[in-house]
Amino acid sequence: MEFKVPTMAELMAAGEEPEILFWVGCAGSYDERAQKITRDICKILHHVGIKYAVLGTEESCTGDPAKRAGNEFLFQMQAMTNIEVLNAYNIKKIVTGCPHCFNTIKNEYPGLGGSYDVIHHTQLIQDLINEGKLKAEGGESFKGKKITFHDPCYLGRGNGVYEAPRKALEVLDAQLVEMKRCKSNGLCCGAGGAQMFKEPEKGKKDINVERIEEALETNPQFIAAGCPFCMTMLSDGIKLKDKEQEIKVLDIAEITARANGL
Amino acid sequence: MLAQIIFLVITLAAIVLFTINLRKIIRNIRLGKSADRNDQPQKRLMTMLRVAFGQSKMVVRPIPAFLHFFVYIGFVIINIEVVEIMIDGVFGTHRIFHGLGGLYDFLIASFEILAFTVWVACVIFLIRRNVMKLKRFSGVEMTSWPKSDANYILITEILLMSAFLMMNAADLKLQLLGSSHYTTAGAFPISQYLVNLLPSSENALVAIERGCWWFHIIGILAFLNYLPYSKHFHILFAFPNTYFSNLEPKGEFTNMASVTNEVKAMLDPSFVPAEAEAGKFGAKDATDLSWVNLMNAYTCTECGRCTSVCPANITGKLLSPRKIMMDTRDRITEIGKNIDQKGAEHQDEKSLLDDYITREEIWACTSCNACVEACPVNIDPLQIIMELRRFAVMEESQAPASINAMLGNIENNQAPWKYSPADRFNWAQED
Repeated sequence: MEFKVPTMAELMAAGEEPEILFWVGCAGSYDERAQKITRDICKILHHVGIKYAVLGTEESCTGDPAKRAGNEFLFQMQAMTNIEVLNAYNIKKIVTGCPHCFNTIKNEYPGLGGSYDVIHHTQLIQDLINEGKLKAEGGESFKGKKITFHDPCYLGRGNGVYEAPRKALEVLDAQLVEMKRCKSNGLCCGAGGAQMFKEPEKGKKDINVERIEEALETNPQFIAAGCPFCMTMLSDGIKLKDKEQEIKVLDIAEITARANGL
Repeated sequence: MLAQIIFLVITLAAIVLFTINLRKIIRNIRLGKSADRNDQPQKRLMTMLRVAFGQSKMVVRPIPAFLHFFVYIGFVIINIEVVEIMIDGVFGTHRIFHGLGGLYDFLIASFEILAFTVWVACVIFLIRRNVMKLKRFSGVEMTSWPKSDANYILITEILLMSAFLMMNAADLKLQLLGSSHYTTAGAFPISQYLVNLLPSSENALVAIERGCWWFHIIGILAFLNYLPYSKHFHILFAFPNTYFSNLEPKGEFTNMASVTNEVKAMLDPSFVPAEAEAGKFGAKDATDLSWVNLMNAYTCTECGRCTSVCPANITGKLLSPRKIMMDTRDRITEIGKNIDQKGAEHQDEKSLLDDYITREEIWACTSCNACVEACPVNIDPLQIIMELRRFAVMEESQAPASINAMLGNIENNQAPWKYSPADRFNWAQED
């Protein structure tokens, strides 16, 4: 990367505090495809000049997949360990790159002693657009391009965030086409509830195939995602349908970074 | 006089029987674990008014919403007429409210129009279920009883409305004949068209009018007593169910307080838990669920909106949120019966998990909340699925092997995949 990503430990050593902590998440840290999204979120943060930091190697799984799989012990162990780290750094505001981390830290950490102002990266992008700090200029033009947005369950239904990701696409002057099942009626990609880590139960079809077929009905040039797990499921679906050349699956952060030439 | 006594006896018997059965259901619900749903009364009231009274979540599907609206509004408004029937029945009067004059005419006319729309809506509902065979009304859980239950309800409503209209038609014809007991009262925009179908003999007309009157009121009382055995119970429980529904974001799952105590004690040996609530983690049987889960089960009217939006069910998996609710109701009802017949201590060696709901079902869930969102009365099947998972994982360590591997990774590497924690920040090194 062209710039150094600051860590909390470094900031603390320098006696500084960030405006916002970027919670990367496990997928964003380890999954090759999701790492690109992580770097693009950093590029956006760097571009607008927000003082931010990441936890780096001090970050740890939020415990979300453990909780959804039914292991409340492991979840709370993870949560309390993370809360200790976050509170030690006096964290006030967090932006996450993943709706699952977003939901868990925002809703399930306060009861365990960790209360922060938590936003998802699409909400950050929306805020930056509203404040005039982020535009769609200097990069790739998405004007008139057909984009369909897949609502992540834990962002949409889970927390009622439907407009922020769409706002980020509107500013591109792109043609936003909605799938038949969208917003509160959106269809899951198939990865939630710890399904990401197991084979699906037996059935007629995989959920991501059902979803990608619906996305293809809108005849899009881009499928926009807001979650690293959805990204995996949708990308697999597109590969299966042999449409990788014509249709790109991109995260809202990647689209935003591209539009701004970052 | 005899008629009045018979009427009183039947009405009182019906009310007593209904009260007994209602109390049994409430007792069964109270077999569930505690859950605090008494906060924010104002917000709860608004939710109930919007969702149950205002039918706000029905509009997602406009056709059934439209038809259901007429049946619902008919049910609510025509009950005003039942008040008159009750008073007439007890005091032997006829159309006691006729003194209201123009207002009475307006009321009777609106009851007639509503009765007719209810009649039409129920006929269409029957056609949707039995002729068009809509997919939503089928599925593994839709065995013969649930299907018959739905048809019994619709046929009963059609018969009740038919009796009401026929009674008015006979009354109107008797009024036109100048029959002594039948004072001129009411306006009959629908039943006026039935007048010509009726015989002209006064005795026959009185017999029809009285017959329909008795059929209508006994039918209503019988229907009231059918409710506790039927999915139709939702007409009552939709209200408390929405009032006590979850007000937090759907993505938020409860943090188990019993676990918090243990985890705190592990992380800090000096920690002394405030109160130790013994018991198992998660739910194996219906009584391990919360009373809210159990009330949800009694409120479910098996409409199948949840199952029709469930990604697992859509793609052919065994999971059906509607089945989760029906199984929970069947199981808690069975437990209630055991208590009544064999005493509170009786164990029948059965449980909700495995005897009703299989592991395959609970592990097919993506926790996407589509079922919760779709339910017109705010039922939460996901919470039951999660409680069953908690039992399987924390009490039995019975999770799919890949899930166990993922849990092991979180424990050892602080990530669901087998990567070294030292490599967590490597993403910043590349472009």
